[in-house]
Amino acid sequence: MEIDVEQYKKDLLAQGAEVVFSKTKNLTDTPFSYCGGCGHGVAHRLIMEVIEEMGITDKTIGVAPVGCAVIAYEFWNIDAVQAAHGRASAVATGIKRTNPEKFVFAYQGDGDLAAIGTAETVHTCNRGENIAIFFINNGIYGMTGGQMAPTSLIGMPSSTAPYGRNPDMHGYPLSLTNLLAQLPGTYYITRQAVNTAANVRKCKKAIRQAFENQKLKKGVSLVEIVTNCNSGWKMTARQANKWLEENMLSQYPLGDIKVPKTDN
Amino acid sequence: MAKIKGFVEFSIEQCKGCELCIEACPFDVLEMSHQVNGKGYTYPLMKHPEQCTGCTSCALVCPDVVITVYKVPTKK
Ligand SMILES: Cc1ncc(C[n+]2csc(CCOP(=O)(O)OP(=O)(O)O)c2C)c(N)n1
Ligand code: SF4
Ligand code: SF4
Ligand code: SF4
Ligand SMILES: [Mg+2]
Repeated sequence: MEIDVEQYKKDLLAQGAEVVFSKTKNLTDTPFSYCGGCGHGVAHRLIMEVIEEMGITDKTIGVAPVGCAVIAYEFWNIDAVQAAHGRASAVATGIKRTNPEKFVFAYQGDGDLAAIGTAETVHTCNRGENIAIFFINNGIYGMTGGQMAPTSLIGMPSSTAPYGRNPDMHGYPLSLTNLLAQLPGTYYITRQAVNTAANVRKCKKAIRQAFENQKLKKGVSLVEIVTNCNSGWKMTARQANKWLEENMLSQYPLGDIKVPKTDN
Repeated sequence: MAKIKGFVEFSIEQCKGCELCIEACPFDVLEMSHQVNGKGYTYPLMKHPEQCTGCTSCALVCPDVVITVYKVPTKK
């Protein structure tokens, strides 16, 4: 028997149904410019939800990258600036040092953070700046049409390596996150994903931790978020999330990489 | 124990038809429409509303924040 959906909703409202999930006020009404199914949208939402839940909306400044998220400030209903390619953590450093009472974060793709911005990323982490870095790793340059990135997997096809990444020619996938964990200036480093509801919940906890850590002034908190780029990978969103699970997560396993030592 | 009941609403014009919500729903509540929205994308509908528990899984994975979730509070 077909249920009348509108009637069913009315019945549940009459039984006291309440909203348990709705869009955070920290996202604007501007629709995301991202391809359908792209992980950038979920990453934006989680960061903005955490800022709302912590009550730090007026105390937070974000730095947008070059990459698909270049106009993230149009979507985030908070103060934000946009940095030159790869330089988001350097810009975030300046903002934090001049406004130490603010919560400051850099939001960067893998081409931005781990290719052109490698030097800035390493030195920001080595200086132990009190900022959060959200690193959106989709293993490709999404914005410019799916070129190979340092993070691309071995064998992964892209527009600049159509037969797949060949380590003899192109080198190996770079896990900058693991290298950064070696630096004394990093305080908290974790790798998360947003491809399933369970992973979204865990990722949000990690983002919250990264913001909470800023109060302690103990260095960089970096949350890598492994995401899909279904357009660059030339897949549907559902196929891309499956491919992510089966391929990206063996190269980039999820979980905490560096957690603060508890003093006792 | 009383059955947990909920429902979802969609901002249909924001939907990009990615189907990740369909994949995420543990209770087979959703299906894609046969119509398209103003952007030309198909969008989700509640096929089996009576199976929805208001668990929020669909909303958590939706990249375009299309979904609002309602739940009837469970009585003690
Ligand atoms: C100085 C400079 N060099 C190159 C470019 C071209 N460019 C724009 S975005 C991009 C890569 C972005 O990749 P990523 O950071 O992984 O972001 P995604 O789009 O995948 O999220 C490049 C090379 C540029 N805009 N500026
Ligand atoms: S090109 Fe890739 S990273 Fe960019 S919006 Fe599309 S799916 Fe997302
Ligand atoms: S709230 Fe849960 S049960 Fe209801 S449609 Fe969404 S995923 Fe399915
Ligand atoms: S996950 Fe969101 S954008 Fe994708 S089909 Fe479902 S409602 Fe539409
Ligand atoms: Mg990328």
